[in-house]
Amino acid sequence: MWARGQDPALFASSQEHLHQSRAVLNTVLLLTSSLCVAAAVKATRTGAGEAARRLLLAALAGGVGFWLVKIVEYGQLFADDLSPATNDFFMYYFILTWLHLLHLLVGMGILAYLASLVRRPELTPKQVGYLEAGGCYWHMVDLIWIVLFPLFYLVR
Amino acid sequence: MVAVWALLVVATIVSGTVGGHGVVVLVVAFVKVRLVGLYFMELRSAPVPLRLLFEGWVVVTCSVLIGLYLSGV
Repeated sequence: MWARGQDPALFASSQEHLHQSRAVLNTVLLLTSSLCVAAAVKATRTGAGEAARRLLLAALAGGVGFWLVKIVEYGQLFADDLSPATNDFFMYYFILTWLHLLHLLVGMGILAYLASLVRRPELTPKQVGYLEAGGCYWHMVDLIWIVLFPLFYLVR
Repeated sequence: MVAVWALLVVATIVSGTVGGHGVVVLVVAFVKVRLVGLYFMELRSAPVPLRLLFEGWVVVTCSVLIGLYLSGV
């Protein structure tokens, strides 16, 4: 945001290359997957392990979807000859969204682990802790995107 | 919780399509952050200090970003 203030014209014109609609889709994907994770955690409290598993896998699918949209997006930007080296806006954009994507990947690994964890008929308190912590990690990745989305795509 | 999700999706779509002034967009973003934290991350039923830490972070971060935005415009 500080860098934007240094050169608002550059940031505004660079932003034109981004597609709001894809980012809206991505945000909705993550919000939905967060809902699934939150619902999964609640489901395990009533012993609905199978429902929890399906919800966690659905959340994982949301993460895959996000990655796919991002790949399309990056591909389009690269095709337009835009890269982190182009200017400050794109440097921030690529670096921050890439870091976010990596965290998302870690989160997907965690969801896969949790999906297998909830198959057990009974979870020990420690395992419940893993579930809640893993769920919170996912929500955090969602939160970061909720902030990144307007910073790059919406603020003019 | 589904109601919160629906509100989040509507807020996303509206601010993503209509947009609006930078300050509005940022405030909407942090309202969303707060909803995710309180409802999805279950901070509503968390110990008060933790909840306050989160609320404090939301207010500070949002204010700093709005301040930077306004000083740069």
